[in-house]
Amino acid sequence: MDSDLDTRNGGAARAAPPYQFRTRAIHVGQGPDPATGAVVPPIHVASTYVQRAAGEWGAFDYSRSGNPSRANLERAVADLESGCGGLAFASGMAAIHCAMMLVKSGDHVVAGTDIYGGTYRLLHRVLDRSGVDVTLAPSTDLAAFERAMRPTTRLVWIESPGNPLMTVTDVGACAEIAHRHGARLAVDNTFATPVLTRPLERGADIVMHSATKYLGGHSDALAGMLAVRDPELWKELYFFQNAIGGVMGSLETYLVARGLKTLELRVREQCRSAARVAECLAADRRVRRVLYPGLATHAGHALAAQQMDRAFGAMLSFEVHGDLEKTKRVAGATRLFQLAVSLGAVESLIEHPASMSHASYHPDDRRAHGISDGLIRISIGLEDPGDLCADLDQALDA
Amino acid sequence: MSVQPRRPSDPGPPRMSTLSVHAGEAREKPAHAITDPILCASTFTFANTQAVIDYVVEKQERGEYGRYGTPTEMTVERKLAALEGGGDAILYSTGMAAIVGLLMAKLNSGDEVVFFDECYHRSREFCVKHLSRFGVVTRQVKVCDYDAMAAAINENTRLLISESPTNPHLSVVDLERFAAIGRQYAVETLIDATLATPYNVRPLAYGVDYVLHSATKYLGGHNDLLAGVIIGDRERLEPVRKLRGIMGAINSAHNIYLLERGLKTFELRMRRHNENGMAVAEFLASHPRVERVFYPGLPSHAYHEIASRTMRGFGGLITFQVRDADWRATAAIVDRVRVARIAPSLGGVESLIEQPLVMSYFEVSPEDRRRFGIHDNMIRFSCGIENAEDLIADLKQAIEGR
Repeated sequence: MDSDLDTRNGGAARAAPPYQFRTRAIHVGQGPDPATGAVVPPIHVASTYVQRAAGEWGAFDYSRSGNPSRANLERAVADLESGCGGLAFASGMAAIHCAMMLVKSGDHVVAGTDIYGGTYRLLHRVLDRSGVDVTLAPSTDLAAFERAMRPTTRLVWIESPGNPLMTVTDVGACAEIAHRHGARLAVDNTFATPVLTRPLERGADIVMHSATKYLGGHSDALAGMLAVRDPELWKELYFFQNAIGGVMGSLETYLVARGLKTLELRVREQCRSAARVAECLAADRRVRRVLYPGLATHAGHALAAQQMDRAFGAMLSFEVHGDLEKTKRVAGATRLFQLAVSLGAVESLIEHPASMSHASYHPDDRRAHGISDGLIRISIGLEDPGDLCADLDQALDA
Repeated sequence: MSVQPRRPSDPGPPRMSTLSVHAGEAREKPAHAITDPILCASTFTFANTQAVIDYVVEKQERGEYGRYGTPTEMTVERKLAALEGGGDAILYSTGMAAIVGLLMAKLNSGDEVVFFDECYHRSREFCVKHLSRFGVVTRQVKVCDYDAMAAAINENTRLLISESPTNPHLSVVDLERFAAIGRQYAVETLIDATLATPYNVRPLAYGVDYVLHSATKYLGGHNDLLAGVIIGDRERLEPVRKLRGIMGAINSAHNIYLLERGLKTFELRMRRHNENGMAVAEFLASHPRVERVFYPGLPSHAYHEIASRTMRGFGGLITFQVRDADWRATAAIVDRVRVARIAPSLGGVESLIEQPLVMSYFEVSPEDRRRFGIHDNMIRFSCGIENAEDLIADLKQAIEGR
C-alpha cells in the first residue's frame, strides 16, 4: 500500500512525496469525508450496507466483513508498519488468535520465552487442544532458538522488547531462521511500536499489535492489529478474520485512529522519560536491578541500539532489595503510577508480573524463564519525568 | 488534582504534562476504571428524599439533571481550571456559547463593554448587533491602544475584552497593562486566549479576571469536537454557571470525553505546535515571494518583544501575505497545498489553511476589510503536529507553483 495522503474531497490523486512517519500517522487513511468534506472521517456504525441489486456487491456489505472506519484504520496501521494491508481486531488476543489459525493439527510453533502471558496461555491451553505442538525457546540465543525448529514448524512467534524482561530479539535473524525452516515469522511489536521498529522491513511476515497499548494510547479502547507485507497472506488472514468474527468495533477504530495522530509524539516523549526513570532506578541503592534496553548494562543494549530507532521503549522492569512482601508494598505505594495491568498509555502504570500480567504462566515456567516474584514492571506515561522519579523515590521506602 | 506530593523532598506541585494527564480526575474512578466513563445519563438518581434535600442544602457537587452539569463534565472543568490556574471552569457547547454565556450573565441594559478591535468577527458581531438589542453599548478601540481603552471607559463600563494573540493578525496584548486598567477603573477583564493556550500564557496570573477558550481548537486538539470554556474565580463565575443551567448551551457526554482525552496530550501537542509554528514562520519569512509574516516569534513582528516576555511559545497559527499577488494568485497557492486542508478552524493535529478574504470575509465590504486589516493576499496557516519538514516542503512547492 502506498503512503500518499488522501486527496482533498473529490480531488484528483497526485503523486505525493514520501512523507515522514508523523505526517503519515495523521493523514493516511484519515482523509476528509468525501460525502461531507468533514476534516475527520465519520464513525461508521452501520452493521450492514444497502446493495444495488441481488448479487451485485458494493465495497462494503456487512460490517464483520468490512467497515469503512475499520478499513481506514487498517490502511493507516499497514502504512506505518510498511505493510501491504492490515486487519483490525476486538483485542490483541483476537489478533494473535487469528494469526495462530494459520497453523493446523500436527504443526509446530516455536515461541520466545519472554512473551505476554496471554500468548503463552493461547499456545499452551487452547492451541495445544487442536493438536498443535508448542516449544518455548530463548529468542535471544539464536543457536538455541534454531535448535527448537522442527520440520513441522510453521510459525515462529517473538516479542521484542520482550514482556516482562525487556529482552531484545534480533528480528532479522529470526526471520532468516524461520524462513530457512519453512516457517513464517510473526512479531508482537506492541512494546516497540512502528515508531521504533518495523519488523516487516526486517523480514518478518506478520506484525501484531495490542493496539490497546501505544497505538490507541489512552487506556480507552481494546483493540488488536495485524499487518503483513504479502497480499496473499493478507487474504488468508482476512478469511479467518471474517470467518471467526473478532473484529474491532467502529468506535474503537475511531479512538485508535485518533490515537495514531499523536503516536510518534507520545512514544518519543515516553521513551525519553523512561530513559530518565531507568537512570534514577539504576542509581538507587534500594533497587537490585533494572531491566531496560536503554541502559548500557542491559544484555540487549547493542542490538536495541541497532534495531530500535533512536530510543529504547517506555517499558521497564526492576527488582527491589527485600522479599516478596516488600515488592508488593512498593508496587502499591506509588501515587502517580497506578496499579493496573496494561501499558502504553498516557497514564503511568505499575504492576507485579508474577501475580498480574504473567499469572497465567505455569509457576515453573515463570521461574525457568526468569520472571521472578520480585519483579515489578512499569509503563511510563506522559507525566513529567521528574514527577515520576519523585513518585518512585517515595514508593521505594514503603 | 488528587495526586499530592507528600514528601518534603518532593519537587513542588506537579508539572503541566502531569496536570494534563491527571488533574481534576479522581484517583479512584467508578468501577476502578483507569479512565472516566462517558456519562450519557440525562438525569441522576437520589437514594431518597433526604438525599435530595442534602444535595440542595449542602450544595453538593454531584449530578442532578444533565443541564446543570455531569460528573465527567465537572472532571474536565477541574482539569481545565488546573491547567489555566483558575478557581473554576465552565464548559459550553462552543466557544461562542461560552462568551455569550459570560456576556449575558454579566451585563445589564445600559452597561458598556470595551473591545480591542482585532477580535473574532462573530464575537464582535454578537456584541454590536445583538447585545445592542438589550441596550448594551459596545465600544471598540484599536488593538493594544491602552490609552484609548482607558479613555473609552465610563461609569457604565463593566467589561474589557480582548483576544491575545489576536486572530488573524497575531497581535499580543500586554496582559499586565490590560489587567491594570481594569483594576484602576474597577472593570472586569476578559481575555480570549484560544490561540495562546495555558501552555504558552496564563492570563489569570497577570490579573485578568476571565479567560475564554474555544476548546474546539488546541485544548480538544483533534478537529473532532466543539467546545468552549470560561475560566476564572469561582465566586465571580457563580452567576455565569447559574445562567448556563438556564440557557442550556452545555456540552455533550461524548464531546466531553473526547475533550478529556485530547487534554491528556495537551502539553505534548503544544510543544510540537510551537516548534512547527516557529519553523514554518521562519521559512515563510525567508521566502522571497512572501511579503509579510505575522507571527509573534519573529523579531520582525510588531509584538515580538511583549510576546517574548510573556509567552512560553508562540503557537501554531501563522498569517502571511504573498508578494505581488491578487486574491486569485493567492488562492492558487492555497489550492496547491497538499498536506494542509482548506478549512476554517485551527489548533488541531491536522494542519489547516485558509484565505481569510474567502473564508470569513467574502461578503464583507472592501472598506470594512481594509478597516479590519484583511488583505486579498493574506493566507492563514494553522500548523498541525505533522513533521515540520513535510509542512515546509509542501508550502514551498505551493508558493513557488509549478
